[in-house]
Amino acid sequence: MAVLDIRGLSVGYSTPRGELRALRDVSMMVPEGKIVGIVGESGCGKSTLISAIIRLMAPNARVGAGEVRFQGRDLLAETEAQMRALRGTQISMVFQDPMQTHNPVLTVGRQMMDIQYRERLSRAEKRQRAERMLALVGIPDPEARLNQYPFEFSGGMRQRIAIAMALMAKPALLIADEPTTALDATLEVEIIKRLRELQDEIGCGVLFISHHLGVIAELCDEVVVMYAGEVVETGSVRDVFHAPAHPYTRALLECDPGHIKVKTRVLPTIPGNIPDLVNLPGGCIFADRCERRHAACAARPAMALAGDGQRAACHLITERETA
Amino acid sequence: MLSFILKRIGLAAVITVLAVSSLFLIVHMIPGDPVSTMLGPRATPEMRAALEARMGLDQPLVVQIGLFFANMLRGDLGMDVFSNRPVSEIVLGQVPYTLVLILVSITWSAVLGIALGCYSAIHRNSLGDRLTGILSVSVIAVPAFVVSLYSLLIFAVKLQWFPAIGAGDAGNWGDQLHHLVLPSLAIGLSWVGYIARLVRASMLEVMGEGHIRTARAFGLPERQIVFGYALRLAILPTVTVIGVGMGFLLSAAVFTEIVFSRPGLGKLVIDSITTRNYPVVMGSVLFSTLIFVASTTLADIVNAILDPRIRAGK
Repeated sequence: MAVLDIRGLSVGYSTPRGELRALRDVSMMVPEGKIVGIVGESGCGKSTLISAIIRLMAPNARVGAGEVRFQGRDLLAETEAQMRALRGTQISMVFQDPMQTHNPVLTVGRQMMDIQYRERLSRAEKRQRAERMLALVGIPDPEARLNQYPFEFSGGMRQRIAIAMALMAKPALLIADEPTTALDATLEVEIIKRLRELQDEIGCGVLFISHHLGVIAELCDEVVVMYAGEVVETGSVRDVFHAPAHPYTRALLECDPGHIKVKTRVLPTIPGNIPDLVNLPGGCIFADRCERRHAACAARPAMALAGDGQRAACHLITERETA
Repeated sequence: MLSFILKRIGLAAVITVLAVSSLFLIVHMIPGDPVSTMLGPRATPEMRAALEARMGLDQPLVVQIGLFFANMLRGDLGMDVFSNRPVSEIVLGQVPYTLVLILVSITWSAVLGIALGCYSAIHRNSLGDRLTGILSVSVIAVPAFVVSLYSLLIFAVKLQWFPAIGAGDAGNWGDQLHHLVLPSLAIGLSWVGYIARLVRASMLEVMGEGHIRTARAFGLPERQIVFGYALRLAILPTVTVIGVGMGFLLSAAVFTEIVFSRPGLGKLVIDSITTRNYPVVMGSVLFSTLIFVASTTLADIVNAILDPRIRAGK
């Protein structure tokens, strides 16, 4: 069963220019105990998607249609109080910038104890629990460290603290929003390793957002490729990365510096820009920038089975089958 | 923390020395001669010379300043020209009135201002927020002496709810509080608006920061997020402004004390300036300076208590 099952989700922002349709008919799922990566360039709707899942959306955001099923419950239909009860207990988050994640004037210990406010534990027990979590994410001397303030920790340590806080309640779903983007490469590997170990231990589902393909490949079981507010391809990391079915995924992989074999001074890019989400072009959303655009692309392609569990929204797949 | 406090107090001492020195110079540049004032037009040159020598006025300016500091440290601020009482005694008798007035004023305006600011920030762009905004700007625009005069006219003369003049009977707390209401309203009113605007702005800024999103993502109760997490940070600029604001309150107190015929430093300064009573002018301005330096120092220390980053010097 899926921990998280999103069906046909559409979210828009009202702007002075008109409605910006940030997410359109997005469907994806996170199976229990699996790590699912979402990959896509800036502006593809990754952040809108997570804010819709935990329902902490910008005031001008509006859900047009769809369901966000978490363990079978539709989160979009829950009351605010019900949502708050889920946040931090069943669904936890790790954010992108560890330097901004913690309150600068409260000790790390105080913040880690505050988030346990629902637990019927004594202060000493809560403190012990926080201490254990810090040790688990590899913070040396956790007992003394609890009395320190965020500014006394490095960025990598703060992100580990954020992970410790997110996993303390043993949530069913962890949402990690580019947790390693703000860190340097060696720390990135270290954080990924910790996350993997802890996820293994707790057995929670993870939704991991990144634009770093290497990290997704390293960490995730499945991957969802998003482009301009739509899901263009889903499947296991192996299938999608070795045999991308959608031209966008292929282009994205070709642009990844880790994939480039030939020495070059100029990194490859995908020509063109993301379409205007206020005045959407009809048909396939990627058509404008696609190398293999043809007549059929004037119509919006549906998600089609491209392999074992691999799906992509491209006319080429159905055309290949019928040919 | 202790080293921060010691450093800050050392700085305060330096500021005091500089301020008092310039104060000394300024008083010396005021036209008018204290000796003629004291002795009158019929004084003989011998009498003038004797008094100048007694007051140290025949010495070079640098020596005078040095002497002034030396005497100040001993608690000796010289003698009143007219009553021949020690200046320190006269000034110290007036300081509590002014101190109580500005403390009461800043306290009620800070409490109300912070509450209104929080309300405005939480209910941003609501009707209440807009009303608070308009009222805040209005009261900021009204000078303290206008509030003094009108509140005197309305609440003391017309409605007779509050007494018009004086500070109340000594020893009678209720009466003294009763006498404090209108003057502290006059001084504090514009500060309500000012603090409300300030708190609203910094609250909105803090509420948009990443750590508040984190707190929300962990499902912390909104009350705790606003008052425990956001206000702790948003209050910092307000504390500094209140510390500096004590200086403005001191000058507002001058008007108010005159309008309400309240004893206090402001009234003392004005009275002694008009009579060229230099030792008393020096003494009362000195105490105003001390109050100002102490309040800014205190604000810095409070900020350091609230913000560990300041303590660590980051």
